[in-house]
Amino acid sequence: MASVDPAGFQQLKEQQYLHDQITVPAELQSNVLVTTLDKAYNWSRRSSMWPLLFGLACCAIEMIATAASRYDLSRFGMEVMRPSPRQSDLMIVSGTVTKKMVPAIVRIYNQMAEPRYVLSMGACATGGGPFKEGYNVVSGIDKYLPVDVYVPGCPPTPEALIFGLMKLHEKVERQSIAKVAWYRKESSGFVPVPILGPDIFDPRQIQLIRENTLGEGAASRSSGGGEVRVMPELLSDDVKQNLEAIRTRYLAKMKQPA
Amino acid sequence: MSDAVAEAPVADAAAAEIDASLPYNNAVPGAVLGRWAEESDGGLIVAADKLIPLMTHLRDKEEYDFLSSVTCVDYSKYGGKLRAGVSERFDTVYHLYSTSKGGGHVKLHVRVPENDTVPSATAVYPGANLQECEVYDLFGINFEGHPNLRRVLLWDGFNGHPMRKDWHEAYYDEDAKPFKSRHPAKGYEFHEDKLPWGKNTTYPEGWDPEDWREPITYVPVSQAPGHDELGELDTESIVVNLGPHHPSTHGVFRMIARIEGETILALEPEMGYLHRNHEKIGERNTWLMNMPYTDRLDYINSMSNNLGLALAVEKLMDIEVPERASYIRIIMAEFTRVINHLWSIGFILNDLGALQTPALYAIEEREMILDLFEEVSGARLMCNYMRFGGVVRDLTPNWIKRALYLVHERLPHTLDELDRLLSGNEIVKARGKGVGYLSPQDLIALSISGPMIRAAGIPYDIRKVDPYCIYDRFEFDVPTLPDGDIYARYYIRLLEARESLKILRQALRDIPGGEVQGLPAFASATIEAGFGTIMGGRGGYSFRPPEGEVYQRIEAPKGELGYFLVSDNKANPYRYHVRAPSYINLNGLGPMSVGYKIADAIVILGAIDIVLGEVDR
Repeated sequence: MASVDPAGFQQLKEQQYLHDQITVPAELQSNVLVTTLDKAYNWSRRSSMWPLLFGLACCAIEMIATAASRYDLSRFGMEVMRPSPRQSDLMIVSGTVTKKMVPAIVRIYNQMAEPRYVLSMGACATGGGPFKEGYNVVSGIDKYLPVDVYVPGCPPTPEALIFGLMKLHEKVERQSIAKVAWYRKESSGFVPVPILGPDIFDPRQIQLIRENTLGEGAASRSSGGGEVRVMPELLSDDVKQNLEAIRTRYLAKMKQPA
Repeated sequence: MSDAVAEAPVADAAAAEIDASLPYNNAVPGAVLGRWAEESDGGLIVAADKLIPLMTHLRDKEEYDFLSSVTCVDYSKYGGKLRAGVSERFDTVYHLYSTSKGGGHVKLHVRVPENDTVPSATAVYPGANLQECEVYDLFGINFEGHPNLRRVLLWDGFNGHPMRKDWHEAYYDEDAKPFKSRHPAKGYEFHEDKLPWGKNTTYPEGWDPEDWREPITYVPVSQAPGHDELGELDTESIVVNLGPHHPSTHGVFRMIARIEGETILALEPEMGYLHRNHEKIGERNTWLMNMPYTDRLDYINSMSNNLGLALAVEKLMDIEVPERASYIRIIMAEFTRVINHLWSIGFILNDLGALQTPALYAIEEREMILDLFEEVSGARLMCNYMRFGGVVRDLTPNWIKRALYLVHERLPHTLDELDRLLSGNEIVKARGKGVGYLSPQDLIALSISGPMIRAAGIPYDIRKVDPYCIYDRFEFDVPTLPDGDIYARYYIRLLEARESLKILRQALRDIPGGEVQGLPAFASATIEAGFGTIMGGRGGYSFRPPEGEVYQRIEAPKGELGYFLVSDNKANPYRYHVRAPSYINLNGLGPMSVGYKIADAIVILGAIDIVLGEVDR
């Protein structure tokens, strides 16, 4: 009896989902596929990545358009947008992140089960976009959350979003179950929730903020109803060096594992 | 302002006796102190203590029953001559219209010294509620007698009132663009690098984050009786929070409801989760720079937002628009209305529980219109297509042919299909009829506009009562429905979309120049007037409109969209305020929801048809 290839066998082969060294005898090829755990695991994750039903601003309209009939996200197994963070794998940050909203976003991110991914959609979510200088606008969600894929555009067209999602799929396919962070004992993806103070602040930066509001040179830096504040021209070289040292220390601290 | 001209054409508030030649002074003695400017469009300076009697008089005797806009101007850095010698820092500005007479507005200015209070207009016009909250939030003006003055866009504990002219954001560079630091020769500096924490934040001196306790935001939904007075069961009302992340709040919006069983006793909207400082950025921008920002107000209808701003600045500068450009504008604005109504019908059904399917049908045709937009403007959603004096470029070849195909073939078919599938649907009727009712008087008192009031039987459409652009040339009806409930709000949108198609057919038929370009469609026709080409060249972006202020409203798909602009003859607007229909229509959310079930509140919100970009700006 001639062997019958399973449906899409050739495609799977081309996409390298099948094991590249172990070959299956021709007569068994309709019954047995040999692959690696990583590939099977990643293939299934990639093919049913459920986004969080989470729209922030204008980009959300394009996200809806992407999910609608013309662009049809269900081709990627992604049409199931889950309103609950517990059931979703991917957060598409679609729009301007404001200071008032960011505690909620971080909470939602913390509630998502790992593995979880963040796609920053559009200029605002990536870096503040046209609204960057606004007093209530966060200069990009990556100030608070780790981002996997950035999609530029204002707003990105559905094609651009789909391209970003495909890039994310590529990323997923490259991950190895033995190395991913979320199965390790020491790692925790918990992000401290920012707090709304006189302005929003990150609990991780409390020390840094204290050094600036309570330390020397604080007067020239205060704002809000005050006079024109120019940075960093007003500062002396010493203070500048000090600030630079603070920055480096802070960055070094961020790089250390938690 | 010391070198300002002494004989400024403004009546000095201090010197004013009761001047009988000023309007309304006979009815309410001493209310009007003077005129804002000589060739005034009705700007009156009103004594703060007489504001409420004057408003009562205007509402009851003069039929000015619709408070369109309440805003505030901080004149502390005003460079113009019109306000020379006036010591008060702020002006609160009110625009009143008449829904029965139609026509223009009465504009009231109340001068407010710093740290002083203004009587709240909510006593006369309950619709001032949210707008006064906004002024309080952004300017720190206290409204005496306001039932619920709170920070509505920012949060309790936020440092300062950001729309004041001396308040500077963390990334503050200069008062007005273009910023010198962005000059290509200077080498670009990232704003993040200027602050040690690398974020867009700033903290007051001496503030210690370790001692900080987040203030508890008190949103008053508890005026309602806590225990039932109805039955024998001992029940207790509870507070339910919806949002800011909730699939049916149409974005990042929050509702706080006090419910008894499933019945809503009180409901308070909470917004600001998409407050992206449109007005503050708008006052730093040059006039033309604001055009792309208006796209992002009501991001479903970028074209009609463009139209509003273009008309406002043209009114300020007295620019003539070429005929063909006016037609193109109307075509775009009406296409936008069709898009919006399709979208909102789809999502009202979504909120009714018909998840996705009706919305998918409705969005399908939207894509066809977006293709047309993309072809002329280069972008699907954020068209940025209109300019002061016209539109940025002419229609492309065959555009009109394709538009005609849509208008005559596809869109009527889609509307009929939606009508056939939805209007007779038992569930839509059962959930929609009689739900979310508010009387026409209440709707007007709450400053609600657009399809919402036309669904309650008031034929108030700015395209008819106060025509702008060239709407007076077209034949169309203002459909109204008597019911004032959710079903009527759904159905009125279908009817209005049909009227839009009627306008589109006429405009596409009559457009001068027809398919091929021939007549000027853009403002290069106004080069002679000294604007340069609008797109390129220095004259295009740094013109200076004459000193003055203007309020231009248009009938946006969601209601009355108004732009209030103050110019002090600089390259940047001194004050740039948007009267956003979605925001002000939310005044009605609480009153409309009380007494209905919590599930109905979702649909009531959906039928208001808000877009958060416009609510929070």
